[in-house]
Amino acid sequence: MSSKKTIEHSEAAARFNKDVERVNWHDETLWFVREKRDKSAHQIQDWELLRETASKIKNNVLSNIHDYLIEFEANAQKNGIKVHWAADAKEHNEIVHSILVKHDVKQMVKSKSMLTEECHLNEYLAENGVEVIDSDLGEYIVQLRKEPPSHIVLPAIHLKKEDVSETFHEHLGTEKGNFDPQYLTESARQQLRDTFLTRKAALTGVNFAIAETGEFVVCTNEGNADMGAHLADVHIACMGFEKLIPKREHLGVFLRLLARSATGQPITTFSSHFKKPRDGKEIHIVIVDNGRSTQLGREDFRNSLKCIRCGACMNTCPVYRRSGGHSYHNAVAGPIGSILAPNLDMSKNADLPFASTLCGSCTNVCPVKIDIHDQLYKWRQVLVKEGYTPTSKTIAMKTMATVLANPTVFNIAGKSGRFVMKNAPGLVNNKMNKWYDQREMPAVPEESFREWYKKNSREAKGKNNEQ
Amino acid sequence: MSSKAEILNKIKQNQPASVTALPDLKVLGSETFDVLETYKTVLKNIGGNTVEVSSYDDIISYIKEHYNIEKRIVTTLPELSEIASLDWTNDDPHSLKNVELTIVKAHFGVAENSALWVTDDILGQRVAPFIAQYLAIIVNKENIYPTMHQAYEKIENQDYGFGTFIAGPSKTADIEQSLVLGAHGARGLVVYVMG
Repeated sequence: MSSKKTIEHSEAAARFNKDVERVNWHDETLWFVREKRDKSAHQIQDWELLRETASKIKNNVLSNIHDYLIEFEANAQKNGIKVHWAADAKEHNEIVHSILVKHDVKQMVKSKSMLTEECHLNEYLAENGVEVIDSDLGEYIVQLRKEPPSHIVLPAIHLKKEDVSETFHEHLGTEKGNFDPQYLTESARQQLRDTFLTRKAALTGVNFAIAETGEFVVCTNEGNADMGAHLADVHIACMGFEKLIPKREHLGVFLRLLARSATGQPITTFSSHFKKPRDGKEIHIVIVDNGRSTQLGREDFRNSLKCIRCGACMNTCPVYRRSGGHSYHNAVAGPIGSILAPNLDMSKNADLPFASTLCGSCTNVCPVKIDIHDQLYKWRQVLVKEGYTPTSKTIAMKTMATVLANPTVFNIAGKSGRFVMKNAPGLVNNKMNKWYDQREMPAVPEESFREWYKKNSREAKGKNNEQ
Repeated sequence: MSSKAEILNKIKQNQPASVTALPDLKVLGSETFDVLETYKTVLKNIGGNTVEVSSYDDIISYIKEHYNIEKRIVTTLPELSEIASLDWTNDDPHSLKNVELTIVKAHFGVAENSALWVTDDILGQRVAPFIAQYLAIIVNKENIYPTMHQAYEKIENQDYGFGTFIAGPSKTADIEQSLVLGAHGARGLVVYVMG
């Protein structure tokens, strides 16, 4: 776990916004992905029915997860898979390490797994003398730059091709100034091919685990999970327990939704179903809790565990698009990350539910119908009650409550506000006032609506006419 | 208490009191469209090619014309022994690193996303469709189904060690959202629709 002080979302976002051109580009690029999602979804006549069905399946899973987990473990073991249970990140990391030690492995190749980001596995293994290479191109890029992924589906979406070119020139010796994506991708392909061919252990995430059959499904476009797993002696698959689904036939629903919601593709290039290890080889599954069972008990936030990690809520979020994934200081960024993170650590992540306009776009695109913006709103209430919000915000809110509760105070406040804004705008329009960041206030009206109404209502006019 | 017992106990305590019903899947997958035309269009959109053939001889001539058959070509189909080797399925999978083209025959295809269902018995080796520079997959015309729902009805309780849906060549858009074909797996996919 990082002991570094967390920079608040608003401050990190302000830094990200210093480069206006880049922020605009980031915003437009993600919106482009959102539009691809729309186009793809609109081609499916039953799209809304699919979302509803997926939501119901996930609700069923959450209401019966205890039994499904037992069923899954029994079936996976029958298939020859070794199943491990980890209560928290620390235990997860220790289990992975112990498997590697048993096989005398010092180098491992990994495909995308947000869970291992959540658990800080790479750092843990590095401290224990194991080198991990991330094989998803986006993750490989950010790993070389010693950065975390900024998006769960598009890990290097915050970078321009010039940045990637610079990084590859430094680490892989590619031509300086050549930032052709085709050339850069080919260079990584050559480099990582050698990695795939020489690693004895491969770690992957899990998109879906099926209770009925004991198999699990991993989705990639690059083929990196498969290249790693099929060439290694040991395949370790790590999953949060909420990845479970009851039956194989339910994959039909989720595989139709996942890639369309994520990038607008009709399906990922590879949807690989791992059921049994190859002869003489091993598959291990690590089932992780790490706070999920606590979230399951929070009725208001329980259904955040329905998430299938498509990233649609990030691509559509006006705050995410203009603040970047790193500003969320959590393995999962964006709206969904902001309702998952406070469960892990309320004090460290108290800022995240406030990093939203509550516009509800996230909820509208969510393929499993999580009420994301409602949960963001509810987290705010929990966090204020528990005393995790900054004092300035608490004072401001209390003052506002007093003003709004008393008509006389409200009147005086309005009058003095208009007077100050008109005669001494500097008192309000300054750096202390966050409302003025990148924003001009509208011109001050001569009178309040109340004053205007007193003069102009039918009643007042009637009186005027009588006179 | 073991972590397993601890986790399961906590889940039991915290999960909702009553189990909600699973939805009916039969209402899904009733969309009607031209299955073959949709298959071809979707495959083209995601970077693959469809070639319609009526026999294995057609495939052999196509491959002779479009690939360098001096390079290593592997298959699990005896019908293609003239151009591809069959004796590699028990080798160390790493030895497939110099394969130029892998040719296999899918159980079936899916029109809505152009995916093809393959399992380890028809792959020969699990890594075979991933490690090759290029991939070719044959599918019978009558074995293309409209949606993923029909696909899983077909798979039903089929037993396999490994199975995968393959839709198009391997790809990435991780550098500035620019699409590049040939990330870690095959750089190109040709689907021979036979019938």
